[in-house]
Amino acid sequence: MSVKVRIPTILRTYTGGEAEVVAEGATLSEVIADLEKNHQGIAARVLDDAGKLRRFVNVYVNDDDVRFEQGLETPTPDGAGISIIPAVAGGC
Amino acid sequence: MAVQVTETTPAVALGPAVALSCRECGTRFDLGPIFACQECFGPLEVAYDLPSGDPESLRKQIEAGPNNIWRYAPLLPVPADVADKPNLNPGFTKLVKADNLARELGVTGGLYVKDDSGNPTHSFKDRVVAIAVEAARAFGFTTLSCSSTGNLAGAVGAAARRAGFKSCVFIPHDLEAGKVVMAAVYGGDLVGIEGNYDDVNRFCSELIGDPLGEGWGFVNVNLRPYYGEGSKTLAYEICEQLGWQLPDQIVIPIASGSQLTKIDKGLKELIALGLVEDKPYKIFGAQAEGCSPVSTAFKAGHDVVRPQKPNTIAKSLAIGNPADGPYVLDIARRTGGAVEDVNDEQVVDAIKLLARTEGIFAETAGGVTVGVTKKLIEDGLLDPTLTTVVLNTGDGLKTLDAVAPTSGPTATIRPDLDAFRAAGLTG
Repeated sequence: MSVKVRIPTILRTYTGGEAEVVAEGATLSEVIADLEKNHQGIAARVLDDAGKLRRFVNVYVNDDDVRFEQGLETPTPDGAGISIIPAVAGGC
Repeated sequence: MAVQVTETTPAVALGPAVALSCRECGTRFDLGPIFACQECFGPLEVAYDLPSGDPESLRKQIEAGPNNIWRYAPLLPVPADVADKPNLNPGFTKLVKADNLARELGVTGGLYVKDDSGNPTHSFKDRVVAIAVEAARAFGFTTLSCSSTGNLAGAVGAAARRAGFKSCVFIPHDLEAGKVVMAAVYGGDLVGIEGNYDDVNRFCSELIGDPLGEGWGFVNVNLRPYYGEGSKTLAYEICEQLGWQLPDQIVIPIASGSQLTKIDKGLKELIALGLVEDKPYKIFGAQAEGCSPVSTAFKAGHDVVRPQKPNTIAKSLAIGNPADGPYVLDIARRTGGAVEDVNDEQVVDAIKLLARTEGIFAETAGGVTVGVTKKLIEDGLLDPTLTTVVLNTGDGLKTLDAVAPTSGPTATIRPDLDAFRAAGLTG
């Protein structure tokens, strides 16, 4: 299962400046583990000490916010696009 | 890439601002166009070296300042000469003593409406954009941008024209016609994105990381730490307009929760500076039932906020995954306040109640705060014997759709006196 992961600016120090990298895994959890293998240090930025997604990180698999799907167990089908984005919001 | 700082000399001149600080882990960074902590993704906020010394002379300096938010420049991340630069100069809007509404709601301790419809583009957004414009100038940006549900797009377009920036703003493609016109009329580029607000926001976050977005200041993304500080001015103005006193209770709308957290920050600063007497105040948050992730968490006793898919007429508050939600819960609980919600019918009723009693036509977010105030009094959570301030963050002309179905002529008659007499209207 090969997926494309878009890397936010603040994590590009781990990917040698690359904005998009390829990773392997059938679930988001596996994809993050694979990212960590090739870009050491990235998992600790995205996951907290308990291994959960950090509160201010949003992850999308093919345009779907994983918090509305199955979180870290969300399936990542072959060819899927994954985006890691810092949480921001408008409104008051 | 930002560099973590160990000393306090800022590289850019933004008045008393000295660094950016992560709200989650406390890591500090140089002032710059960054918004998320490199360590933990937590939101960054401006850290200050605020004026010390005699509160009386600072109070006099503020009172002698212009009748807009720049009177508080010593407390904001802006250059000292900010009032001389081209800017929309928002703020110092009316604090209306709402005696008629107070009678209807049974409030005896004094009820006030902070009416931010009086800003240049008719919503509180002008405050936050004005601060972001100065940050954009300091960082050398040439284009102003934002993701918006309508109000912000207009505020950015207008501010960009005045301040001499190019602008390109992004909105969901299916916004109400009125909001599209208000966003487009100032010129600059207006781009409809095929998706909802969360899709627009996500698109802008990705654009920032791409060479296409280089040189662009997104007021609510990479300039967000500065932008958010604009909401502190609501706290400053309310206290100054009450005669340099804290209100006992304040009711604030919640979308992302940013405004509520910044008002609390502003009140705490005034206390620390000795500009107001230190006494307890209660902060109440207001949401629409169709997008109530924070009030749901508050009422359930949770300290995390579970995202919702929004479905409410209060579109300016329709953020299902509020970034500052957990901080709002902390503040409401710390101050002894609460977070409550009202349904769309109650929002419309409250818009009409405020219009009927005080002659103030509020947008749906104002209907939410007035409706929630009524509910909090009925539930015994808000004390009617204490001084209470309710925020109206925008003009009702922006959300005509909400009240149009139930607002219209009392009668339609031929132009003659007999017809008028027959209609039975007594004025």
